[in-house]
Amino acid sequence: MTLTLQFFLVVSAALFCIGLLAALSRRHAIFILIGIEMMLAAANLNFIAFWRFGPQSPYPIGVMVVIFSIAIAAAEAAVGLAMVIAVYRHFRTTNVDQLDRLKG
Amino acid sequence: MNVIAFGAIAIFTLVFALAAATNPRLMHAALSFAAMFVGIAAFFFLLGAEFVGLVQIFVYVGAVAVLIVFTILLTRRNADKDRGFNWGGILVAVLVFFGLVWAILRTKFVYTSLPIAKALSVKQIGQALMTHYVWPLQCVAVLLTVALIGALVLVMEDKPE
Amino acid sequence: MANSVDQIFIHAKQWLLSFLNGRLPDPLVQIVSSVLNIALLLGVFLTLFALMSVLERKVLGRMQNRYGPNRVGPFGLLQPVADGIKMLIKEDIVPARADKVVHFFAPILVAAAAILALGVIPYGRNMTPFVIDGGILFFFAVGSTTELAVFMAGWGSNNKFSMLGAMRAIAQMISYELPLIITVLPVVMVVGSLNPDKIVLAQRYYHFGFVPHWFVLTPWGATAFILFFVSGLVESNRTPFDVPEGESEIVAGHMTEYSGFKYATFFLAEYLGMFAVSGLAITLFLGGWHAPLPWLAFLPSYFWFFAKLSVLLFVFIWVRGTLPRIRVDQMMNFAWKFMLPMAFTCLVSAAVWYYDGRRLAAWLWSFAIIAVVYLTLSLFLDTRKKFRPRTYRFAE
Repeated sequence: MTLTLQFFLVVSAALFCIGLLAALSRRHAIFILIGIEMMLAAANLNFIAFWRFGPQSPYPIGVMVVIFSIAIAAAEAAVGLAMVIAVYRHFRTTNVDQLDRLKG
Repeated sequence: MNVIAFGAIAIFTLVFALAAATNPRLMHAALSFAAMFVGIAAFFFLLGAEFVGLVQIFVYVGAVAVLIVFTILLTRRNADKDRGFNWGGILVAVLVFFGLVWAILRTKFVYTSLPIAKALSVKQIGQALMTHYVWPLQCVAVLLTVALIGALVLVMEDKPE
Repeated sequence: MANSVDQIFIHAKQWLLSFLNGRLPDPLVQIVSSVLNIALLLGVFLTLFALMSVLERKVLGRMQNRYGPNRVGPFGLLQPVADGIKMLIKEDIVPARADKVVHFFAPILVAAAAILALGVIPYGRNMTPFVIDGGILFFFAVGSTTELAVFMAGWGSNNKFSMLGAMRAIAQMISYELPLIITVLPVVMVVGSLNPDKIVLAQRYYHFGFVPHWFVLTPWGATAFILFFVSGLVESNRTPFDVPEGESEIVAGHMTEYSGFKYATFFLAEYLGMFAVSGLAITLFLGGWHAPLPWLAFLPSYFWFFAKLSVLLFVFIWVRGTLPRIRVDQMMNFAWKFMLPMAFTCLVSAAVWYYDGRRLAAWLWSFAIIAVVYLTLSLFLDTRKKFRPRTYRFAE
């Protein structure tokens, strides 16, 4: 049995759905961020799978997109975690169910 | 042989991803998250994009995972456990998964077989980054600087004068 | 004759693999080949670790005007055997409320990262265990997983001292990772490749018949080598940067709750990290396995590599025996305010040297850039107390 594109796409879809599960069902703010990172990783895997199985172009487009995506995801994780710390300092909790007041 | 490697890496990655998404203990979930990224980097190696796999380990396991564990440490308050999962989330995730798999299996892809592997060297990536993709490179550089300064400003405490 | 001594290990392995080639299926032969590489690597470096643990104590002892261990075996050289037996028969104590899984895997991960990093360094002609196109990036990627493993050690012990020690260790490692990587960039830029084999091959020329083309003999190369070496000292938590394991301050830092063989594993990981960083410094700056003079090339290539490795390890021990421990805030200031600007200066200086055609003017310009930045930084970062004129107050 040879590896075809569908194998990688199914694994990437499973990873995306597990990330969705983490983002939807967790109460700690950091783990929602972890779910988002997982979804981004699944998308990266998709890009590389399509790059590998697709037409070989002179520019490695799939690899480029993934390199930039990793950099952007890292920047977003850093800023998101800084916000979690700032919110914790103010509200003394990271439970997103309790962050439900817009303070004017 | 390839299929065995693919199967092993897929099981490894999905098991750790599930642990990261559903384990109520915070630290174990964060460390499973780091292990999952090692699995995804192994996928990249299998697909022939070694540079991206190494960058993935470097950035995610070396930096983002450390950030996450430090943030967990700094925001602890007698609550080392989180709710594991709830049925609504599982239902939505399973529905989305079946929808995606149905869409994947019904699509007729033009290219599905593995072409002859042409090794992608780091030199080619460097040349592409500096000639064809130089504008995105500069934008990402500015973005990273802004994110760095922004994260520092958000976390900085006002010194009492 | 010299060539066959040089390639003796390669020929032996090829003979063994040709013996197996017809009898086993092809993937299995590849696995056997990789396992042979790994076994030889582990054998050589574990022996070197054992030897170094006793030689370090003897050299330190001599520097402190005493003998080192000299009871076990001739000149104390069988001391590692005694140490190993002691470590193995010690009771393995795990704290009751520690996190068992995390506590168990932390020393394994630290040692695994160090061993993985040893796999991409060229030890001789055609003697790199694993040839990866982005070898230097692989080295730094596995080096950065050490931080997570140190954190696991500190957190898994459920001990405030361990946690504090782990945080200090991680802060130190992350701060010095930046100068470590940026000082490698000039070499990569000049050679044009991340492959350690190509970097070694780019240093094979001899100018005027006897001066080797090693990168350490250029102005930017010398500065980058010193910065890389100091960052390597920090990354392996050696004195003067051993705040994470300073015995007088924080007991043993993140290794407090480990006893017996797990402590020995941390020790092993520290020494293997030293070997890996020295090996990379030799590959990048000191010409790898090339001989320093062209007529000495009859000695095999791995002999030259291990000779240079011994010199660098002696410098590690020498620095440990000479300098006192540096305070945490002094260390952070040093990394961010001094080493990082100097590392960027090396990069600019290497660019000037390389793209100006390597004439004498280019050498002088690159040296001038480094000297100006160094003097400016030393002027601005001086924190010593200045002497002021004394004011006297006499009793009335």
